[in-house]
Amino acid sequence: MLRDITLGQYYPANSAIHKLDPRVKLAGTMVFIVSLFAFRSVEAYIAATAFLAAVIYISRVPLKFMLKGLKSIFMLMLITVVFNLFLTRGTPVFHFWILTVTKEGIETAAFMAIRLVYLILGSSVMTLTTTPNDLTDGLEKALRPLSKVRVPVHEIAMMMSIALRFIPILLEETDKIMKAQMARGADFESGGLIQKAKNMIPLLVPLFISAFRRANDLAMAMEARGYHGGEGRTKMKPLVYQRRDHLAYLSLLLYLVLMFFVNRIGFFAGLY
Amino acid sequence: MAIRIEHLNYVYSAETAFEKHALNDINLELPDGQFIGVIGHTGSGKSTLIQHLNGLLRATSGAVYYNDKNIYDEGYDMKSLRSKVGLVFQYPEHQLFEADVFTDVCFGPKNLGLSQEEVEARAYEALKLVGLKEKYYKMSPFELSGGQKRRVAIAGILAMDPDVLVLDEPTAGLDPKGRDDILDQVARLHQEKKITVILVSHSMEDVARYVDRIIVMNKGQVMFDDTPREVFKHYRELESVGLAAPQVTYLMHGLQEMGWDIPSDATTVEEAAAAIENYLKKQ
Repeated sequence: MLRDITLGQYYPANSAIHKLDPRVKLAGTMVFIVSLFAFRSVEAYIAATAFLAAVIYISRVPLKFMLKGLKSIFMLMLITVVFNLFLTRGTPVFHFWILTVTKEGIETAAFMAIRLVYLILGSSVMTLTTTPNDLTDGLEKALRPLSKVRVPVHEIAMMMSIALRFIPILLEETDKIMKAQMARGADFESGGLIQKAKNMIPLLVPLFISAFRRANDLAMAMEARGYHGGEGRTKMKPLVYQRRDHLAYLSLLLYLVLMFFVNRIGFFAGLY
Repeated sequence: MAIRIEHLNYVYSAETAFEKHALNDINLELPDGQFIGVIGHTGSGKSTLIQHLNGLLRATSGAVYYNDKNIYDEGYDMKSLRSKVGLVFQYPEHQLFEADVFTDVCFGPKNLGLSQEEVEARAYEALKLVGLKEKYYKMSPFELSGGQKRRVAIAGILAMDPDVLVLDEPTAGLDPKGRDDILDQVARLHQEKKITVILVSHSMEDVARYVDRIIVMNKGQVMFDDTPREVFKHYRELESVGLAAPQVTYLMHGLQEMGWDIPSDATTVEEAAAAIENYLKKQ
C-alpha cells in the first residue's frame, strides 16, 4: 500500500544513461532545468522536447514510470495553470462572469504547465537511472572543493545517503506495524480528523522506537567497522570520468548552444 | 471446516520492475482444532500465505473461505474475522506502544467494542495464559526482557479470543529456554482452549515436537502437506530446498544403514530413544 512512491525510486536497466557518471547526470539535470526557465519560445521548447525525448528513449525506462511522478504534482499544476490563465493582464480573448482570459494568460499558462511537467520528467530521469548511493557519491565529489571553506561535504553526503537508505526501510516498517495493529483490530481509515490522529498513536510510537533502534544499531555497526568521518577515507569504486561521460558533456554543451540559437533566431517569430 | 483456501495466487508489486510471484495456486484445508506447522525457507511465501488468512493481504486471484464464507465477498466483516483469526507477527514485541503492559493487551479487545469490564477480564485472562507474573502488569513494556515482551505481544492477540491462532516465527531471536517456554505455552493453549494453532517456522526441530501436520512451502507452492512422520521420509528432498529433517531422522537412517533393524520414522528424541531401547532389548 505504501510502495507506490516514485520519488527517488531507481529503475534497474542496462542503458547508456544508467552507466553515466552521476556527476554528469547531476549537471545535465541542472542545465536542463535552467534552460527551461531561461528560454521562452516555441522553438526552444521544441528543442527541449527533442532532447528530453531522446534521453528518455536512451535510458530504456518505460514512459509509464516517468509519468507516475507527474501524478503527485497534478494539483500544483492545476492551480498554476488556473491562476495564470485568469490573472494575467493583456489582450482579452473572452469574458466569463467576472473572469477574463487573455492571450498572454493562455501563453503563460501553457508555458508554465510545460515547464513543470518537463521539470519533473527531467529530474525523474536522473533519479530513475541513478541509485541513491551513486547520486550522493556524485554530489560529494562535485562539491568537494567546498570542503576547503570548511563545509562538511562528506558528512552531508553521508547523512543524505543514510536518509535515502532509510526511506524504504521505514516504509516497510510502517507497513509491518500497520498490519500488526490491524490484526489487533486497529482502524486507520475511518473517523474524523481528531479520531484519525488518535488512531495513529499505535503506529507512530512503535515506528519512532524502531527508527531510534535502527539508528543506534547503524551507528554502532559503523563504529565497529572503524568509520571516523571523511578524513583519509578512500573509495572502492572512485568516480572517474570515462569517454562516454566526456561525450555526454559535449552533447549537453551542444544542447545549450542549440537552445541559445533557436531562441535568438525564432523561426516562428511571425506566429505570435 | 474452519479455513479453506482455493487457487490462491499473490503477486507483489504487480506490473513494475520488481514484480514477484509470491504464491502460486495454493489449495489448503485447515480444519478446526489442528496444530499445524508451516515450514519453508526464507522467501518461500509462508509469511505471505498466513497474511491472507485474516485478510491483511488481498489475493491477486483465488478465494479464502472462513467457516464457508468467502472473505472477499462485499460487506464481509473483516474486523470480526481478524478477532477470530489471531495473527502474531514476527518480532511482535515491536508493536507494543502503550504506557503499561496491561493497557497494551487491552488494545485488541477494546477495538472489538466490548465493555470496559469485559476488556479487562480478557486482558487479565490472556496475560495469565502466557504465564506473565502479575508484578509486571503495570510496568512499561519497554522495561521487560525480550522473552517477556513477546509474551505480552502474544497476550495482546489472545485477548481477542481467537478460534485460530497463527504465529509467525514466534521463537526468532530467543534463547533455547525462551524458545521452549513459548512453544510449550502455545501447545498448552492448543490443548486447553481447543483452538487451531498454525505455527510458522523454518526449524523442523521446533515444529516436529508439537504439530500433527506439516505444510512445507517452497517457491510459493505447497511442496508437502502431511503428518511429520510422512513429511520427514522425504528428508533428501527437504535438503534440496534448504530445509532439513530433525536430527533424530538422520540418526535413525544412519543406524538403519549400519544394519540395525529399527523403524526410521521417529520424529522426536523421545520416540527415537524408545525405538533404540526396544531394539537393544531384543538383541
